[in-house]
Amino acid sequence: MTVAAMGRPPKFTRQSSPEGVRLSLSGDWTLVASHRLEEESRRIVEEARGDRLIVIDLAQVSQLDTAGAWLINRARHDLARRDVAVALEHVRPEYSTLLEEAHYRAFDAPARPNFNVIFVLLSDLGQSTVDALHEFYRGVSFLGELVSSMIYVASRPHRFRLTSLVAQIELIGFRSVPIIILINVLVGGIVAQQGIFQLLKFGASSYTVSLIGILVLRELGVLLTSIMIAGRSGSAITAELGSMKMREEVDALLVMGLSPIEVLIAPRVLGLIISLPILTFIADIAALFGGMIVSWWYGGISPVAFASLLKEAIALHTFLVGIIKAPFMALVIGLIASMDGLATKGSAESLGQQVTSSVVKSIFMVIVMDGLFAVFFASIDY
Amino acid sequence: MSSPSTNADGAVQQRQNRDVIISVRDLVVGFGDRTIVKGLNLDVFRGEVLGVVGGSGQGKSVLTRAILGLVPTRAGAIRIFGQDRDALAPTERRILEQRWGVLFQNGALFSGLTVKQNIQMPMRETRDISQHLMDELAMLKLELVGLGPDAADKFPSELSGGMVKRAALARALALDPELVFLDEPTSGLDPISAAEFDELIGTLQQTLGLTVFMVTHDLDSLYSICDRVAALAEGRVIAAGPLETLLESDHPWLKAYFHGVRGGRLTAARIEHKDEEWKPAPTTR
Ligand SMILES: Nc1ncnc2c1ncn2[C@@H]1O[C@H](COP(=O)(O)OP(=O)(O)O)[C@@H](O)[C@H]1O
Ligand SMILES: [Mg+2]
Repeated sequence: MTVAAMGRPPKFTRQSSPEGVRLSLSGDWTLVASHRLEEESRRIVEEARGDRLIVIDLAQVSQLDTAGAWLINRARHDLARRDVAVALEHVRPEYSTLLEEAHYRAFDAPARPNFNVIFVLLSDLGQSTVDALHEFYRGVSFLGELVSSMIYVASRPHRFRLTSLVAQIELIGFRSVPIIILINVLVGGIVAQQGIFQLLKFGASSYTVSLIGILVLRELGVLLTSIMIAGRSGSAITAELGSMKMREEVDALLVMGLSPIEVLIAPRVLGLIISLPILTFIADIAALFGGMIVSWWYGGISPVAFASLLKEAIALHTFLVGIIKAPFMALVIGLIASMDGLATKGSAESLGQQVTSSVVKSIFMVIVMDGLFAVFFASIDY
Repeated sequence: MSSPSTNADGAVQQRQNRDVIISVRDLVVGFGDRTIVKGLNLDVFRGEVLGVVGGSGQGKSVLTRAILGLVPTRAGAIRIFGQDRDALAPTERRILEQRWGVLFQNGALFSGLTVKQNIQMPMRETRDISQHLMDELAMLKLELVGLGPDAADKFPSELSGGMVKRAALARALALDPELVFLDEPTSGLDPISAAEFDELIGTLQQTLGLTVFMVTHDLDSLYSICDRVAALAEGRVIAAGPLETLLESDHPWLKAYFHGVRGGRLTAARIEHKDEEWKPAPTTR
């Protein structure tokens, strides 16, 4: 099978004689010829109208591979079904082995279900509704497992994985500090700038400080931090757990009698619950700082004036409203990320899907939770 | 393509007029400050099954990956099909890469595709043929490697270890390559599956006229299908040739390998029955 990279195309010539038809095949009958090969083999069958006997002469075939052998065999089979007798001639020994290995057999194509668009649409809708309910149910039961395993660990402090927890806090909390500071300084600045410009029309630009203080402390700080952490750490947790699942590392834990929830998930969720309030606090400070700089620059409000205006505008509870939400956000992010990670199937594609779904779901849930908290705090007048 | 010879002398005779399909000269490969391959020379001849043996961590996989162009080399020349890969233009290199097939140590099947789609992947990407023919060829290759049609629509995560190896071999053979690299094809298989796999490689080698570069730890594979064996140690090929010359070598590692506790028993048994048993490749039909 000496192959010159680009060979001669497969061809055949027909010669009719009283005894029958002789097809002389020549060139490379290999897959390199792509669809030429398929066309030639189809022509062999098509042009055989009314023939009784066909001799296929392989003397001029310079190369033959599995695909070529298969197509020749398939043509022979198709001819035989039309009651044409076929004989092969001048088959080199190595070709005959190949022709024999690639002898024709029918591979029944798997039955394709015929489907109706409306039917598929409805069944998809039903399926996703059921899936969503299942997911909710799984989420609740997962939360239960998580809480019970945390209580279990709390009752046996020596089983507490401090090293692992500290590592998670470093990964989730400490390493997020620069990016959290950066975006919050920017957002604080943007809010201040818009506030000054819009409130200037009413001659009330000093209210900008109240705007920044309340908006940042109650909502923006915790919301931005949670969204950032959902994208940054939630995705990492899902990917980590998912690839551990794929490589049977989770199963390895199970057969050692260890609980993946206790070993893998509790430190991560706890890490999130501890990190997120601290990060929220840092975010608040950063956003206020950004607001202060911009107020000074654009609105001529000096830092000292900013501080005293801020002191009038906010009370401790303004800050607490924001910070109280943080651990709940952390729990939601951790829960969704770990659940989606463990739901990974064996393929790389499924891992990608789980990470996407984890990030989208946790950001969505963070915003929904924030809305629920807003309603709650409004109704208790806090 | 030459029919396999049944004795070692015949093999030697034939080799002299065979052409060299891979030639490695003074190859040096290293990572960081560690040099793994230190001035290695090796030839692979067309139509042979070359077994590469060596202790764990001696650089067998690294050598294979260097030949495949997956790790950078520090010095030396590698010529494949008479061409220096580094001197080729990207399109020429792609054509060259379509002429070989690789079975990685752990299969490396695409996890998001079914077995059938895995086999069709190289066909779909490089050849313009109908889906119908691709389906037929994929099923044919599956049958050639001894997998049933029910494996076709399974995903790699649903396969057993042996099935993964077979499916990966089917994918390596998708384009009917001239040269196949196998990295420990039988490791992790039970002895019966391993023997079947050896036989399979032997059959395919004869049917398709393959040249096989096989990294292996499996003494049985060496005895049953390899025409020639190259032993790797200390970053070099310490001996290469028909198995018999290696058996007589005085190199301490080779002595331990072939005449140690595990190898010794097998070697003794094989030498006793040499006349019936020693064949470069099994005749299957
Ligand atoms: N990507 C890499 N980076 C650093 N060292 C490597 C790398 N790949 C292999 N090695 C080292 O090269 C040596 C040879 O490895 P390998 O070729 O895999 O051994 P084997 O002969 O068992 O196949 C080992 O010591 C390994 O640690
Ligand atoms: Mg290896």
